[in-house]
Amino acid sequence: MRILIVEDEPDLLRSLAQALREEGYAVDTAADGEDGFYKAESSDYDAIVLDVMLPKLDGWEILKRLRKIKKTPVLMLTARDQSRDRVRGLDTGADDYMVKPFDLPELFARLRALIRRSANKTTNVIDIGEVTINTAARNVTRGGAAVELTAREYALAEFLALHRGEVVTRTQLYEHLFDENDSTLSNLLDVHVSNIRKKLGAEFITTRRGHGYCIEEK
Amino acid sequence: MIPKSIKWRLQIWYGLILVAVLAGFGFTAYQLERGRMLRKVDDGLTMRLSLITGALHPPHHRPGFGPPPLDRPPEGPPVGVEPKNEPLPPPNQFKLSAWAEHFFGTNDGQNFYYVIWSRYGDEIARGGNEPTHVTAMKTSGPVNVLTLDNFREIRSAFPLGEQITVGRSLAPELKELRLAALRLTAVGAAILLFGLAGGWWLVGRAIRPIKDISATAVKISAGDLSQRINVAEAESELGRLATVLNSTFARLEAAFAQQQQFTSDAAHELRTPVSVMLTQTQTALNRERSGAEYRETLEACQRASQRMRKLIESLLELARLDAGQETLKRLRFNLSPMANDCVEIVRPLADGRGVKILSELAPLEITGDSGRLAQVVTNLLTNAIQYNREGGEVRVKLESQGDLVVLTVSDTGRGIPAEDLPRVFERFYRGDKSRTVANGNAGLGLAISKAIVEAHGGTIGVSSRPDVGTTFTVRLPT
Repeated sequence: MRILIVEDEPDLLRSLAQALREEGYAVDTAADGEDGFYKAESSDYDAIVLDVMLPKLDGWEILKRLRKIKKTPVLMLTARDQSRDRVRGLDTGADDYMVKPFDLPELFARLRALIRRSANKTTNVIDIGEVTINTAARNVTRGGAAVELTAREYALAEFLALHRGEVVTRTQLYEHLFDENDSTLSNLLDVHVSNIRKKLGAEFITTRRGHGYCIEEK
Repeated sequence: MIPKSIKWRLQIWYGLILVAVLAGFGFTAYQLERGRMLRKVDDGLTMRLSLITGALHPPHHRPGFGPPPLDRPPEGPPVGVEPKNEPLPPPNQFKLSAWAEHFFGTNDGQNFYYVIWSRYGDEIARGGNEPTHVTAMKTSGPVNVLTLDNFREIRSAFPLGEQITVGRSLAPELKELRLAALRLTAVGAAILLFGLAGGWWLVGRAIRPIKDISATAVKISAGDLSQRINVAEAESELGRLATVLNSTFARLEAAFAQQQQFTSDAAHELRTPVSVMLTQTQTALNRERSGAEYRETLEACQRASQRMRKLIESLLELARLDAGQETLKRLRFNLSPMANDCVEIVRPLADGRGVKILSELAPLEITGDSGRLAQVVTNLLTNAIQYNREGGEVRVKLESQGDLVVLTVSDTGRGIPAEDLPRVFERFYRGDKSRTVANGNAGLGLAISKAIVEAHGGTIGVSSRPDVGTTFTVRLPT
């Protein structure tokens, strides 16, 4: 899962990015409105955390422009908590709204919900045969027994599971699993896929040669 | 018990006054009617007295007088005007003519009677419907008219002692008077009722605006400050009151809105540093960290706390200036070295941005708080540097204009858009709408400067030209 954070307060931006990376997300950051909008339109993020008051281009304007071209889920962060601001945010196309100061666990939960909704899933638990992925607890069980996955492996499995039945291209996977700071080695993906197959069964992920990977609809 | 309601009190006063007026009027009318009736009775009595006097001393005893014509009552002489010295006829020999007799008795329903006494007190004659109560001669004076119980009598005494009493029962008049009194009372009561009803209506109409005012005031005190009194007649006393109240309410609402805006802005300014601290600490505590990472977290928290401290200090300072609690020193001092110190304080900041400071400071003395005024100058200089372009200029000038000392601080920055100019001294107002984190300004600096200058009895103003620069002007009385 790849997330963009647009926030002009450097200390807040840094700690948010760190916290989300530790949650297993690939995180890109932008410190002003122009940079934020440029990144938001040029990559496919799974979610965007967007501050309202930004230099150069404010959050409302980014949202308005972005909604003309993309449906990326957006969570607005703002210091204004009047209901007309919330209404305005939601009406402009924000998918969720949080008022500063906020609790990190709540922000994580809302982001998970946003990503889940955009993948048309209603619960945190995805069952694929004998494998169960819990996106809230971020753990995977196979036949009832817990399976240890690295953060990257888990992110890959979760992304494919959320897009179950679809063929996910290698480019998409790169875009969603690695942030702008990762040096994307082309064989890293294959290593992760083979590790997941070892842990969850060879047929868990199907390779569509020349297209990408897929978790088949049963 | 006096009711509290103005409507009831007015109504009671109104009713009391109406009752008094009606009672006075009714009493007067009754008295006039009574007087009229008595005069009528007296006229009848006088006429009859002269009849009897005439019978006692018939006109034919006196030469030159013919018998009275039968077709009209004789016009008797004024009562007792002509006392006769002739002796009266002896008792039981007095006889009224049939024509005169006609005026006494009950036949004409007027119940007249007469009694005649001799000078010795012997009764000479009595006639008519005479009540038994007339027993003896009483009067000493020549003539008098009196009312005895239900009877009206005229007594006439002759110089030799004879006395005539002519009287009449007042029963019919009294009955009529009672009826008249009843009628007056009934009419009075009707008028009173109508008057009270009309008064109730009038009072209700008169105090309806008060009800409107009170209803609006109730809504306002319940928290809805947007309510206004509907002013229908702006020129009436209550209309003027309502207009005054409305403008008071409007000012109250504006003050509340300003207060609310201030509180919400202050809360808003505190949200970001608190978010930083929460996010930093929650992230750090999520797992075991290295010492360097903890240090980084603590540094971020410190920056956030400093920012909050600065904000809180500014807020407290504003609150004290607002409340007039900030006691300003009133000392005579020279502005020029003070302004020069301020320039030296901000010079490192200016050097960092390549901004040149040009000062032109005339030595001028004023009375005031040098520390506070230095705060104003430093704030204006800091703004002029921060909102300047790289390598720009800041000019600070101190001069005398009449009895004012004028300090101007100009920059060569982007300028302030005309629509923002009136708002730059507002609390939490920032030109670029976003937090300019770099300098940690909360947008209170100019508001504080304005409060300080105004506390010195001075003014602060701003003018700006886009892409040329902005000039702040402080005018202080010497």
